[in-house]
Amino acid sequence: MYIACSHGLMKKTVITVVGKDRVGIIAKVCTYLANNRINILDISQTIVQDFFNMMMIVDTSESPKDFEVLLEELEQIGSEIGVIIKAQREDIFDKMHRI
Amino acid sequence: MINIQEVIETNKMIEQENLDVRTITLGISLLDCSGPDLEEVNRKIYDKITRVAENLVATGNRIQREYGIPIVNKRISVTPISLVGAAACKTPEDYVTIAKTLDEAASTVGVNFIGGYSALVSKAMTASDKLLIQSIPMALSQTERVCSSVNVGSTKTGIDMNAVKLLGEIILETAEYTKDKDSIGCAKLVVFCNAPDDNPFMAGAFHGVTEGDAVINVGVSGPGVVKKALESVRGADFETLCETIKKTAFKITRVGQLVAQEASKILNIPFGIVDLSLAPTPAIGDSVAEILEEIGLEYAGAPGTTAALALLNDQVKKGGVMASSYVGGLSGAFIPVSEDQGMINAVEAGALTLEKLEAMTCVCSVGLDMIAIPGDTKATTISGIIADEMAIGMINQKTTAVRIIPVKGKTIGDRVEFGGLLGYAPVMKVNSFSCDNFINRGGRIPAPIHSFKN
Repeated sequence: MYIACSHGLMKKTVITVVGKDRVGIIAKVCTYLANNRINILDISQTIVQDFFNMMMIVDTSESPKDFEVLLEELEQIGSEIGVIIKAQREDIFDKMHRI
Repeated sequence: MINIQEVIETNKMIEQENLDVRTITLGISLLDCSGPDLEEVNRKIYDKITRVAENLVATGNRIQREYGIPIVNKRISVTPISLVGAAACKTPEDYVTIAKTLDEAASTVGVNFIGGYSALVSKAMTASDKLLIQSIPMALSQTERVCSSVNVGSTKTGIDMNAVKLLGEIILETAEYTKDKDSIGCAKLVVFCNAPDDNPFMAGAFHGVTEGDAVINVGVSGPGVVKKALESVRGADFETLCETIKKTAFKITRVGQLVAQEASKILNIPFGIVDLSLAPTPAIGDSVAEILEEIGLEYAGAPGTTAALALLNDQVKKGGVMASSYVGGLSGAFIPVSEDQGMINAVEAGALTLEKLEAMTCVCSVGLDMIAIPGDTKATTISGIIADEMAIGMINQKTTAVRIIPVKGKTIGDRVEFGGLLGYAPVMKVNSFSCDNFINRGGRIPAPIHSFKN
């Protein structure tokens, strides 16, 4: 979805983190996002079948990096701390769950 | 804003229930490639396909990465080659050169199948239609990626029984030409009644003459998602059952619509349609037959199967139509045997016969699909099976098709491996009583009374 805002088009991306809970997961992910000028719009978490599930909705429009690069680097961080990190354009969820 | 439960639900569908976009199919018109000089026709065809489809595969891969949804196949459909080659091709061998060109172009742009080695002969065959049909065994045995289809009937025109007779022979010949690979050539040949112009699914895809220069059509999938959703309403009444299918179909189709629009935007090629079909694969948990079992049948083929399939097909359409701005193609539940583990199990258990499959095709798309039969089946018997299936399509004003494989050297109970998405199949029993005198009459079955609507 593209939403017009003060700095142009907002590109919303959903980042999900799934894995065994441990200290510092959110800190690690948030540090990466801050360093890449990605703004967090919403954040929530839950436990499903003993697994830590976190979801962030972020705006990547100010980030200097390509979406493909962000995907790869987030995956890399995930494997470093033993969780699965995915980033997907928000539209897929929006289209599926909203009329 | 989207909440975490919705995100988890979508990703569960993708990761655990085999939700995917089955195909992005780029339709390309080759009408402007025709002419009297065969070499030039071949050159123009190759140039146009490789130019228009240059970025198709990369675009599919990009969408897959950005949205996290698998896009299983990227494919191409072209104008029926019997039209494109009519002026240049004087022999079946001439047509085979075009098949080879299509194969080469498909390989260059990296697609796994290219459809449209086709003829539309629902009333009668022209000389060039006949040459193309005669070239099919050679074309399918000398190419890897080319798919062929012939439309031999429609509700408006009746059934061209001369073509039906010829195709019985052609199917046997194709089986013979590819006998060293379990007659796999026949898996790439579909005989249609009421073939749609915008079908994105192989092997029957072609780019109809009613279409524009290029178009993006998308086929969605997701039998596993429907099956999983139905597990949560076990024992509930039909209203609940139907509502659940409808809602799930809506979600699946919305993903197809999104992918189609995105591909259309990136490639700068108009969006055509989303095909709402439930398309199974041999993977466990990606089966239409398993949905029928979940609805309440011991195996697909048990009494009640036709009714269960009818309601499934109808609810998929009702949910899907709302989710997409343009729906087309085949749009229904596919019931191929070799490509669906649940169907294979049903055949092996003795629950599912060719006759029951025929009944099932009355209420769903598309037809007798990926069925292996004994290699010594007579040509007229195959024509008889085709005629029956075409009659169902003609009378019910729907698409029906036959993709049947008489496997050389194999007989009832043997198993045939096609590999990949085509799966494996047990060889099924065919009614061996003769229909020779019926098929040998020649001519055409007239259009039915309810086709006269003017």
